[in-house]
Amino acid sequence: MFGAENNIQLYQIVAPILPEIGLLILLLIVLSADLFLAPSRRRSVGIVAAVGSLIVMAANLFVGLGMVNDPVFAQPVLGGMLRYDMLALIFRTMVLLAGGLTCLIALDVPKLGQQGEFHAIVLVATMGMSLMSAASDLIMVFLALETTSISLYILAGFLRDTPQSAEAGIKYYLFGAFTAGLFLYGLSLLYGFTGVTNIYALAEPLGRQMLGDANGSFALALALLLLVAGFGFKIAAVPFHFWTPDVYQGAPTPVTAFISTASKAASFVLLVRVFGAVWPEAAAPFWMSMLAAMATITMTLGNLLALIQRDIKRMLAYSSVAQAGYTLMGVVALQSDWGIASVAFYMFMYVLTNITAFTVVIIVSNATGSDAIKDFAGLSRRSPNLALAMVLALLSLSGVPPLAGFFGKFFLFAAAVDAGYVWLAIVAVLNAIVALYYYLTVIKVMYVDETEDTSPIHVTQAHTAVLAITGAGILIIGTVAGPWLAWAISAADSVASTLP
Amino acid sequence: MIPLHWYLLVAAGMFALGVYGVLARRNMVAIIMSIELMLNAVNINLVAFWRYMAPENLNGQAFAIFVFTVAAAEAAVGLALIISIYRARETVVAKEIDMLKW
Repeated sequence: MFGAENNIQLYQIVAPILPEIGLLILLLIVLSADLFLAPSRRRSVGIVAAVGSLIVMAANLFVGLGMVNDPVFAQPVLGGMLRYDMLALIFRTMVLLAGGLTCLIALDVPKLGQQGEFHAIVLVATMGMSLMSAASDLIMVFLALETTSISLYILAGFLRDTPQSAEAGIKYYLFGAFTAGLFLYGLSLLYGFTGVTNIYALAEPLGRQMLGDANGSFALALALLLLVAGFGFKIAAVPFHFWTPDVYQGAPTPVTAFISTASKAASFVLLVRVFGAVWPEAAAPFWMSMLAAMATITMTLGNLLALIQRDIKRMLAYSSVAQAGYTLMGVVALQSDWGIASVAFYMFMYVLTNITAFTVVIIVSNATGSDAIKDFAGLSRRSPNLALAMVLALLSLSGVPPLAGFFGKFFLFAAAVDAGYVWLAIVAVLNAIVALYYYLTVIKVMYVDETEDTSPIHVTQAHTAVLAITGAGILIIGTVAGPWLAWAISAADSVASTLP
Repeated sequence: MIPLHWYLLVAAGMFALGVYGVLARRNMVAIIMSIELMLNAVNINLVAFWRYMAPENLNGQAFAIFVFTVAAAEAAVGLALIISIYRARETVVAKEIDMLKW
């Protein structure tokens, strides 16, 4: 079906699924180590999972950079299931990084880090996200999405003895399974209209058959709405965001970090890939204005609700809703040269920044036993480095130069303006100003407010390592944005050059 | 032969029933059953479309098989989560699961 099948080289099969192969081997190692190690030494299982994912990430990047421009990868590979391009490579780097760091920050969390199955499920979820980054067939899209979602439901409800965690798990599950059903009905319609499942082969027959008459256009719009519902849930966009604050608050914090970063990044790359390929040219104004409206509501509502939160995890949840709204601008501007590049860049900085923030939250709530913002009081005196890391993360999220978030927002705004959505860029700028308020409030609590308990906070080695990696990343991407942006732009080019 | 749109109407009806069930039922087990109904509607869609639109390659059938495989896994996880919440709270009514709110 796709090119000459008779003389396929081994590397053409192995390279596109290298991360999946690596993660599968790692998964087997983790599960058997968990089986045979004495309970007192189970901590090393998490270290193996974390270091292993980072090795898989490096290997994938090394192999991929040398191979991704090979002409055989100019069309979907493995029977059309995966598209192996720069976009996939960059987002796989992100999700593998996030997966590895999640294992690392969970290490010292009670009842989490010592459990081999926790790390195993994180690896399965990472595998699903890695497939999401490259999926180019409706069947693969569905499978990758569900592999990720089902693992994340388990992770959110992982602390069975804690009522909040169980509640987060079931809420996430009910919302997720419902929207997955809607999404799937949309996929079945797309398949039915055309008889093909490869996303790069859908646009042409859809445009030819559906846009001619009113019934066809209506059916296509219905499929579009159903797909938007599915993606809206995964990226936490309004009006599909209701689960976000509850799940973020109730789930174990390392899982919250994982859901808010890796899951969101993988969903955005899938959204970009599917929406960039599937809809016929003539339908573009329709879905773009729909997503533009969604972006506006998402960032505005996310920021306004974040203002009134007293729990740091709920505040970061609404902040992550707002960030999804900003990133949607890049998806709206898909046809601009900057669109896809700005989404890739923003998600990379967002993964680093949010993991930093949640790591600090884990450390502080371990010490104080609470997630309330007021318990961050005096953090600058109790642990200056920790407070500094949090300042770095919050300022990057709010988009203050010279941190990574500034360039991320700058490129998104540039993409929106370039695509003719000037009003959207203005709304986003106003929102960024509102957001600055609640980020600065946390910084004020950490530096100005007094506290009775002034004992220093102990930071474990694993947490120090994570904060060093992500903090350095935020600074480096912020000060030397050029090379990363060049990568992101080459990702955008690789999408544009896909052969059907 | 029975026309394609009859199958599609059955599927659409089942799907609508499923959506109604998810939104209206209060018992979480019933909600999971409604979600299963939605997925089965998708399967009818896929197989009918396969038979009438593109019988020459097996995409639609393969898709349907993956859908019910995944649906089984999803239901298993869902029921496990319901059991864990029932142990903690002695209820399976969605409305009473309300510890987390602002």
